[in-house]
Amino acid sequence: MPKKTYLQAINEAVRSEMKRDPRVIVIGEDVAGGQGGSGEPGGVGSVFGQMKGIYGEFGPERVIDTPISESAIIGAAAGAALTGLRPVAELMFVDFVGVCFDQIYNQAAKFRYMFGGHATTPMVIRTAAGAGFRGAAQHSQTLHPLFTMVPGLKVVMPANPYDAKGLLIEAIRDDDPVIFVESKFLYGMEGEVPDESYRVPFGEANVLREGEDLTIVAFGAMVPRALQVANALAKEGVDCEVIDPRTTSPLDQQTILESVERTGRLVVVDESPPRCSLAADVASIVAEQGFRLLRAPIRKVTCPHTPVPFAPQLEDAYMPSPARIEEAVRATVGFN
Amino acid sequence: MQLSQDELKRAYRRMYMIRTFEERVVKESEQGNIPGFAHVYLGQEASAVGVCHDLTDEDYIGSTHRGHGHCIAKGVDVRGMMLEIMAKADGLCGGKGGSMHIADLKKGMLGANAIVGGAPPIAVGAALTQKYLKTGRVAVAFTGDGASNQGTVFEALNMAVVLKVPAIFVFENNGYGEHTHVSYACGAPSIAERVRGFGLPCEVADGMDFFAVHEAMRRALEHARGGNGPYALELISHRFLGHFIGDPQAYRLPHELEAARAQDPIPKFRRRVVDAGLLQDADLDLIEREVEAEVEAAVQAGLAAPPPDPAKSLTTDVYKTYA
Repeated sequence: MPKKTYLQAINEAVRSEMKRDPRVIVIGEDVAGGQGGSGEPGGVGSVFGQMKGIYGEFGPERVIDTPISESAIIGAAAGAALTGLRPVAELMFVDFVGVCFDQIYNQAAKFRYMFGGHATTPMVIRTAAGAGFRGAAQHSQTLHPLFTMVPGLKVVMPANPYDAKGLLIEAIRDDDPVIFVESKFLYGMEGEVPDESYRVPFGEANVLREGEDLTIVAFGAMVPRALQVANALAKEGVDCEVIDPRTTSPLDQQTILESVERTGRLVVVDESPPRCSLAADVASIVAEQGFRLLRAPIRKVTCPHTPVPFAPQLEDAYMPSPARIEEAVRATVGFN
Repeated sequence: MQLSQDELKRAYRRMYMIRTFEERVVKESEQGNIPGFAHVYLGQEASAVGVCHDLTDEDYIGSTHRGHGHCIAKGVDVRGMMLEIMAKADGLCGGKGGSMHIADLKKGMLGANAIVGGAPPIAVGAALTQKYLKTGRVAVAFTGDGASNQGTVFEALNMAVVLKVPAIFVFENNGYGEHTHVSYACGAPSIAERVRGFGLPCEVADGMDFFAVHEAMRRALEHARGGNGPYALELISHRFLGHFIGDPQAYRLPHELEAARAQDPIPKFRRRVVDAGLLQDADLDLIEREVEAEVEAAVQAGLAAPPPDPAKSLTTDVYKTYA
């Protein structure tokens, strides 16, 4: 199977869906890039190159560059979705959601319910998230918990190139608004990605490693870190199961609970401040529904309750590191 | 442009329907038959009806928190509306939306919108669909003078110009955004002048006169349907009641309200068409009786209708599918 990066997988998913369905359009800032300048438009293809080449293939009618107007981008995508198109909108950095959140959570997410089930809003908001790039407080957040708590939104966090393609194809074919959280940290990650189109369903966790001693649930960019720790600890005889839920809404609670039933121990790794995080959410679900399964307190490995700092030394300390994950696993396994 | 007798009757019917419906909403609200709160459109009937007169079910409108008039003008079923406002299971939105969220996509009504300035970006998207699919249809965003100061509206105006979509922005300037006068809240000399700064034409018309609104809208439609991009109207109008039902309106002196009521668009329309010999008083009286009966029937149906059953519908319609 051909090897591709996470970024190429995203690009391929959008291309294949645009070929398949003429109602799919791409809209956002610099999704083509270079409009109105002295050079040729289309050379940028999104700030990290996620949409590179798509303008050249599908043209300005379907790859729509916009002003820097996030409310209008998301609102236009919502209105277009409500009236028959299937827009893939780009929110360049998830941090920018602050200027357009109304269009996401009060408008797109609520149309179907407010209108008594008579509205369908098939739109995807692709957005780049995550720290580790010295981008500081307004270009480094994750914010998936914010979306996950909104009824009406689906939230997808691919953790490898194969899932990035399959989940994005699924997202574009889905009839509800989907927030597709791309991990900046994983854009360069390589993996096997089929050339053909395929779907990875929402709400079905990926069990990357089976184990008997402890369950690690990790999201997005934290998945490879959790796996790295699990593989290292296996050499010492600590046998961790690693679960990537793939989507936070819907969340595959069953796979997590079944795993904890076998292991009795849970560590949740989430690149997010601790309060109201996915770590807190998973911990609460297991505490509520699996109290008697637990042989040790649940441990959360998260960022601190601070904005994302700039200085490399501070940012590195902010992120849930493999060392912190390992420490949490050891403490949980060693709990008596 | 001369309208046919049937068209004039339709316009009068819709204006009188809005008037009768809204007066009844006030009454039923005061009697405790409507949960929550409602913002009524009394006084502004000519604006919605003039704007929507030449729209088809395939043209879209996005509305505001004061949306009942827009719904009626767009042809939305008044019985379904009344049931929805009364929070009944058979309301247009199953009792899940209420006064501020009535929508009827089959009629091209993209929803009342309780977020001030919420609809214009959505209307730009609906207009983008029309441009992309080459339908020749338009999307209209109703916006009040209050919403005209929202950033979302500025973004929508600019985006519509940049993408050259068939969007029509209708600024219904009724003088007050909630309880604050437009002369205080709008920093520009006028809404229209500011809108023109975004690079689209904006006409100012008398929103209390159906014919003035209709004429301005005819030009807007010609412009937008002709592929020339967006167009805007500022309709000078007056609301006869306060921001919400029961608003004591200490911010507005009685003489101002009297002057507004003197411009009542409904008798104005009647005088004009009767004096011109286009319709007889008897034609209009008949319409009034029919409308009154229709609203009465809607209210009676609403009072008798069952509320939604939480066991059946509380958690449905959040998603089309959810694992």
